[in-house]
Amino acid sequence: MAPILTVEKLTMRFGGLTAVKEVSFTAAEGAITAVIGPNGAGKTTMFNCITGFYRPTGGSLVLHHGGQEVALHRLAGHRIARAGVARTFQNVRLFAGMTALENLLVAQHRKLMASTGFGIGAVLGLSGYKAAEQAAIGRATAWLEACGLIDRADDPAGSLPYGAQRRLEIARAMCTEPALLCLDEPAAGLNPRESTALGELLRAIRDGRAAEGAAPCSILLIEHDMGVVMGISDHIVVLDHGSKIADGTPAAIRADEKVIAAYLGEGDEDEHEDSAA
Amino acid sequence: MSLAHPRRPVLGAALKDAGLAALIAAGLFLPMVGLRTDVGPTGALFLRTRWTDVLLLVAIVFAGRFLIRLWQEWRAERHGPSLQKRLAGPMLRLGRFVAPALLLFALLLPLIPGIGRYELDLGILVLTYVMLGWGLNIVVGLAGLLDLGYVAFYAVGAYSYALLAQYFGLSFWICLPLAGLLAAFWGILLGFPVLRLRGDYLAIVTLGFGEIIRLVLLNWVSLTGGPNGISGIPRPSFFGLAFTAGGGPGSFADFFGLEPSPTHRVVFLYYLILALALLTNWVTLRLRRQPLGRAWEAMREDEIACRSLGINITTTKLTAFALGAMFGGFAGAFFATRQAFISPESFTFIESAIILAIVVLGGLGSQLGVAIAALVLIGGFEVFRDLQEWRMLVFGAAMVLIMIWKPRGLVGSRTPTVALSEKRTISAAMVAEGRG
Repeated sequence: MAPILTVEKLTMRFGGLTAVKEVSFTAAEGAITAVIGPNGAGKTTMFNCITGFYRPTGGSLVLHHGGQEVALHRLAGHRIARAGVARTFQNVRLFAGMTALENLLVAQHRKLMASTGFGIGAVLGLSGYKAAEQAAIGRATAWLEACGLIDRADDPAGSLPYGAQRRLEIARAMCTEPALLCLDEPAAGLNPRESTALGELLRAIRDGRAAEGAAPCSILLIEHDMGVVMGISDHIVVLDHGSKIADGTPAAIRADEKVIAAYLGEGDEDEHEDSAA
Repeated sequence: MSLAHPRRPVLGAALKDAGLAALIAAGLFLPMVGLRTDVGPTGALFLRTRWTDVLLLVAIVFAGRFLIRLWQEWRAERHGPSLQKRLAGPMLRLGRFVAPALLLFALLLPLIPGIGRYELDLGILVLTYVMLGWGLNIVVGLAGLLDLGYVAFYAVGAYSYALLAQYFGLSFWICLPLAGLLAAFWGILLGFPVLRLRGDYLAIVTLGFGEIIRLVLLNWVSLTGGPNGISGIPRPSFFGLAFTAGGGPGSFADFFGLEPSPTHRVVFLYYLILALALLTNWVTLRLRRQPLGRAWEAMREDEIACRSLGINITTTKLTAFALGAMFGGFAGAFFATRQAFISPESFTFIESAIILAIVVLGGLGSQLGVAIAALVLIGGFEVFRDLQEWRMLVFGAAMVLIMIWKPRGLVGSRTPTVALSEKRTISAAMVAEGRG
């Protein structure tokens, strides 16, 4: 499969601490790639590098989108989103005082802004802003339906239950029409039923059948919930202490000794020598 | 008996509490009110004591505190919704009529019989602050950037008009947009260094900026006249018709065949500032329903999330600063033409503080709240003029009361900009104040 994201020797240092050490992997287009690893393995740091919240110390990040190669490690934070990478946050970051619908319209800011004629035209009522806003509301409605939030469209995002907030955040990210959706622990705090529904939603997003008019979207996710990860991932990358220790299909990862050792801890030094050899 | 039993400690506690409050009041009022230096018949100062006044004040504090405590206890014992909650429904219905009623009143004010020069001047003053409040509301209320130096843009606008008129002889109507543009330019100039700052740090830098502008105006004597200010600033004309006191050919009164009257100019100025304020309001309301305004509010709610959605924080912040500053500049140009004299004295920090107080008391982001707060604050200042030195006390007490009763301002709730079915007001508790 064609790659959507190529990570090449990505390194991130904070002073003397190396959080991510020369990690290389490829996320395939139209696939769900999961990054797992114990706490402190450098997952979120790597994620923040990809989504532009940190500038990597070394290595390269290349997004393959629409026949073009975009070097993400050189772009400013907001330009990465424009290049086609959308993200959600570990601790949900919605615009709590704005309604669910408004949240999704803010996500379409760039597209809408272009139709306002530098903001002046729309104030005077000159440009084709009305039509653009109708289209944006249509897209937002489609995603609200996809996430089962259409009844809560006019409620403030802050008043929604936690699971709904998580879904709304995904919908908001999807409204930027990304090529790659990055999810930071999307199943954290969800009950088993909600987790299953989330898996369904993510698969639908991957195949482009989640909402009306949605294009297929590749997904990169960090997750602790192994049930979710093993159930929906096409490909898994395992990090430990900032380095990649394994990379493969869910079945291969489950059988990988190094992964088991990293999660459950090594028995003693001898065993560690064996597994390393 | 069982009912009376828990009453007793409540009464005692209230008495103790009131006594404590009275003690503090006594400590404060003894030197402040009790002692007063007056000029005697020979011109020498002598100390006058006013112990009865002190006693009266302390008694009022004691009684007030005692009653408040009792009322609190009584309310806590009663079950059911509080007074505020029960009033919320009718208040909301009433609120819908307040804005149109206020607008109608503002439009018709000069036509109401019995409204004289003084009332119109007061109206102009209030409307100037309404406009400044609405301008600052863009920066503080919508974008959530705490700006303590807003008066700087007011000053830039005023001096822009004064200097352009003095050196180049440009008319008010040409200078008005120029003053707005120059103020917007300074807004952007201020915006750049403070882009990375948040909250308290942003407030301090903007405060410093306001002082810098004032000090430059004060010390650049060759250009601005320094502390002497600029006088003889030309008055605005009505489409080329001047408001001259004696009438004469080419004047407003002559053209319309009216008896020359100084009231004409005041009425004209009144409608001018009303139009400028309504322009500010109209632009803000329009922008709120558009991507730029939504991006401002989103930025107030969560800046990091904005960045992750591809919104350029730099330009979004700068547009807020520039637009807020522009309306401040318009108001400044109006102030200069109305007063015909400006000096750095008019642009001290207290002005910034008053404008910010209007926005905060009115409710961050609420246009109606800001208008009411400006009316109450500035109008109230005038109404209580008879109280002389007590004016500040009444004023301060009113502000404290509003903050206790409505900590998020008079209108703290937020109306959504768009809705699928019906727009439901978002309660103040949900809406973020912004962290700079």
